[in-house]
Amino acid sequence: MSEGVIDHDLAAGVSPVSPVPQPDGSGQPTYTLTHKTSPAGGTEGDLLEVAMGPQHPSTHGVFRMDVALDGERVVKLKPVFGYLHRNHEKIAEGTTYLGSMPYTDRLDYFCSLTNNWAYALAVEKLAGLQPPERAEYIRVITAELTRLQNHTCLIGFLLQDMGASGTPLMYAFREREKILDLFESLTGSRMMCNYMRFGGCRCDLPPGWLEQAKQVVGNYPRFLDEFDRFLSENEILLARTQGVGVLSRGLAVDAGITGPMQRASGVNYDIRKVDKYGIYDRFQFRVPLGEHGDTYDRYMIRLLEMRESLNILQTALRDIPTGPIMDAKAKIRGFRPKPGEAYGRIEAPKGELGFYLISDGGPNPYRYRVRPPSLINLTVLEDMCLGHIVADVVVILGSVDIVLGEADR
Amino acid sequence: MLGEGIIKGLAETARNFVGSYVEADRLTTVQYPEERLPTKEAARNFPFLVFDGNDAHAGMRCVACQICEKECPPQCIYIEKSKDKKPDYVGKPQFYPKIFDIDVSVCMSCQICVEVCPFEAIKMDTEFELSNTDRFAGLLFDKHQLAKSNEYYRKIHPAEAAAVDGRLAAEKAKAEAKTKADVEAKAKAAAAAAKTAAPPPPKPAPIPTT
Repeated sequence: MSEGVIDHDLAAGVSPVSPVPQPDGSGQPTYTLTHKTSPAGGTEGDLLEVAMGPQHPSTHGVFRMDVALDGERVVKLKPVFGYLHRNHEKIAEGTTYLGSMPYTDRLDYFCSLTNNWAYALAVEKLAGLQPPERAEYIRVITAELTRLQNHTCLIGFLLQDMGASGTPLMYAFREREKILDLFESLTGSRMMCNYMRFGGCRCDLPPGWLEQAKQVVGNYPRFLDEFDRFLSENEILLARTQGVGVLSRGLAVDAGITGPMQRASGVNYDIRKVDKYGIYDRFQFRVPLGEHGDTYDRYMIRLLEMRESLNILQTALRDIPTGPIMDAKAKIRGFRPKPGEAYGRIEAPKGELGFYLISDGGPNPYRYRVRPPSLINLTVLEDMCLGHIVADVVVILGSVDIVLGEADR
Repeated sequence: MLGEGIIKGLAETARNFVGSYVEADRLTTVQYPEERLPTKEAARNFPFLVFDGNDAHAGMRCVACQICEKECPPQCIYIEKSKDKKPDYVGKPQFYPKIFDIDVSVCMSCQICVEVCPFEAIKMDTEFELSNTDRFAGLLFDKHQLAKSNEYYRKIHPAEAAAVDGRLAAEKAKAEAKTKADVEAKAKAAAAAAKTAAPPPPKPAPIPTT
């Protein structure tokens, strides 16, 4: 460890900031002051180590950042994961293929339908199933609605992190509720939808659902315009986000960042365009790209993406055909795909969500692996935060769009 | 001008505030528990067992095949099969669950038990006000707490229940027709056997069950 930065080796995995609390009261998290020995090149004074999290309102869950501060500037930041580890992958290797479907809802609990789709896509590749036309349209509609509500909420949370307590988040939740109502009348549950099945969807659209969806989608631009006027030119938001947390284009590619975060850095990569999974080749939509890769770009990308999602939704709701919703070859019980492996990936609202499966011909997968966008997007958190003040760390983390259920699994 | 964006934003806030008095679109909350939104047809919470008629034991559709117990992802169902049999809705003798427990504190409302049940015996309830002061025994529902009548099922999921009723009625009609045909065929065979000859002694015709 170089002199003058910090005495403790944070990378060794043993954090001096918050050791395990002991029954006698020792080991409680303490703030450690470390005297800097070499002032050459750095600023004079002491470094303060702070454990932000795991119980911190800005971390969007149980997530800890061990931050070393020089005054208010961040000199070192180490994300600590695993507080929400639920053994998802190993559980999935022990249950049937269908049995892990409801568990995928709980990965990214904001976007259960896109999680369902990614998993269904992987299993369909493995078993050679092809969902019928109507099911593909339903999947696109539900996935884009999911993207809408995820981005809406994200902007609300981002503003909440900036200190706009309440109002933008409540407006976002009000609109999200309308989409969740659609989800409830379709799938039976607002968030834990558990809707897609291998080779189609679980049930058909209830009567009147399409009209209701058209109405929600039709009213959404008005809300987006309002949100835009409400926030996009706000001087406080500009001051807090522009030039903060810049992620360079090269680093975004090197670190494997995906989703809106990568596109905000100017990398034109959208799996809906690259893979054209499902029926995405039939829709006209543009991929918004950022220029600076700062927090403001990441905010703006989401607003623009929502407008593109609305275009897709309008086309899909207009063109949806009638017909069956399940592949005739699909079966619920006794599902045993042939031995082999498959990787299904989709453009989830947070980035590339992939499921990698190996089958040995049994009723449960031999290997089950999730490629979570939240976790991989978090790996560049330190690079984005260095040199910024603590209050900016909160905003930068908010703009990454993480859900710890997915990062820790 | 510095501050213009903030003023513009505040105009939106004002519009939303005033709008919430006149537009239903802007004020979407209801005053629970005095006011309640109607539950949706597809809504699901925890499973229950359907029985036909008025007697929960006699009308219980579950035949204790234990498929739901095996398929349940969080393993919250516990079933013990009975030793004896009771007639099911078509009159065929079937096992019934001696014990059928669901731990709703473990259940994750995924509906997979409903999907895999071949007997339309387990369905999803919409009841959500289940708070209890005993978190172990109070949330472990036994057979008697889980059993709910078909009328209740029709009330909470009308369209789905109608489809299920239609399917079961068709099955019953088919089974009845089959039994009738069987009885007739057996009677005919017995008559033919009696007519042909005495040796070897004919097997006694099986007594029809219905």
